[in-house]
Amino acid sequence: MTKFVDLHLCVPLWDIEQSKKMIAKSAELGYRLVAVPFPPSVKREEVGRVQKICDDIDIDLSTRVNLAPRSTRELLSSLRSFRRRFEVVSVLCTSKPVARQAAKDRRVDLLAFPIAETRRTFFDGAEAELASESLAALEIDMTQLLSFEGFQRTRLIPILRREVAIAQHFGVHIVLSSGAVSEHLLRKPKDYASLAMLFDMDSSLALRALSDTPLNIVERNRQKLSPNFVAPGIRIVRRRDRSV
Amino acid sequence: MWRLVYASSEGEIVVSKAMRPRYRYLAVKVDSQQLLEERDIIEAVWKAVAQLFGEYGASQIGFFLVKYDKQSKQAILRCSLKALPMVKASIASVTKMKEKPAAFHTLKISGTLKALLGKMSNC
Repeated sequence: MTKFVDLHLCVPLWDIEQSKKMIAKSAELGYRLVAVPFPPSVKREEVGRVQKICDDIDIDLSTRVNLAPRSTRELLSSLRSFRRRFEVVSVLCTSKPVARQAAKDRRVDLLAFPIAETRRTFFDGAEAELASESLAALEIDMTQLLSFEGFQRTRLIPILRREVAIAQHFGVHIVLSSGAVSEHLLRKPKDYASLAMLFDMDSSLALRALSDTPLNIVERNRQKLSPNFVAPGIRIVRRRDRSV
Repeated sequence: MWRLVYASSEGEIVVSKAMRPRYRYLAVKVDSQQLLEERDIIEAVWKAVAQLFGEYGASQIGFFLVKYDKQSKQAILRCSLKALPMVKASIASVTKMKEKPAAFHTLKISGTLKALLGKMSNC
């Protein structure tokens, strides 16, 4: 059975009841893993609270951080500080140098672009080529598509279509995530796949972008963050018992 | 959409089975806090299709609300087979009904109403 993943569920961390509702809705709609974005300076107790909600609902939780650096230096500094604290790292590329640096850095999992501003879309061929070598995936938040109306949506769809076409051409993985801030913006994976046809993503690719691709990112990072990880392909299987 | 193939000697119009319009039936769950009427559902679907695909697109979908159960908030919609991707995308794009947050979640899709009801009773 396919395990569907929502890599961007924006639950309000200050409102436990609303968080519970949104996570329960995700589980009801068929997701088995959700990634919740936490602020970089989050305390363990806050993560623990969300973890407890997820355990009660029987859904897997992954921790995520959204970085929006203004310069490459800020990006590198943030990655140094936060990479080992979160399972998923997303970078909002607000300038070309940041986009290029994020695309070639192996510590970045997801590349997000401020789609509301059409002149600031930096996902072109060069960016895609860098991203394909570093395993960074292009993230598409479906909330934008749902919340925009009229002319805004008319402008958004061709941008997404272009980005998807470039990503496919250069073999960059695509991740579809909800980016939902309320439970009414959550949809079933198959409904998201239906919406993805608006920007020429076929159903099988869209379902992969909601299941295998995000799941691989989380599993890869969990392995890396495990104390038994040594290097890619090398891990500690057993430690010598020091008491003997 | 109907294509008349020939008229028989008795005078009745015979339509080839292969030329009949094909439909798909969709069972959907309406996710809303308010009490909605049938016409609210119809209006929301038409509006969503017209917004995404325009009036020309809306004219092709062959949409019909078969049934709506207010208690379970489940509806059965019918659309033409060719327009199924359009209808699926449109109903997924609904975010408001009667100016309040709402959503449609597709439950099952089938080629006949009987099969759809069968699938619904199984799950």
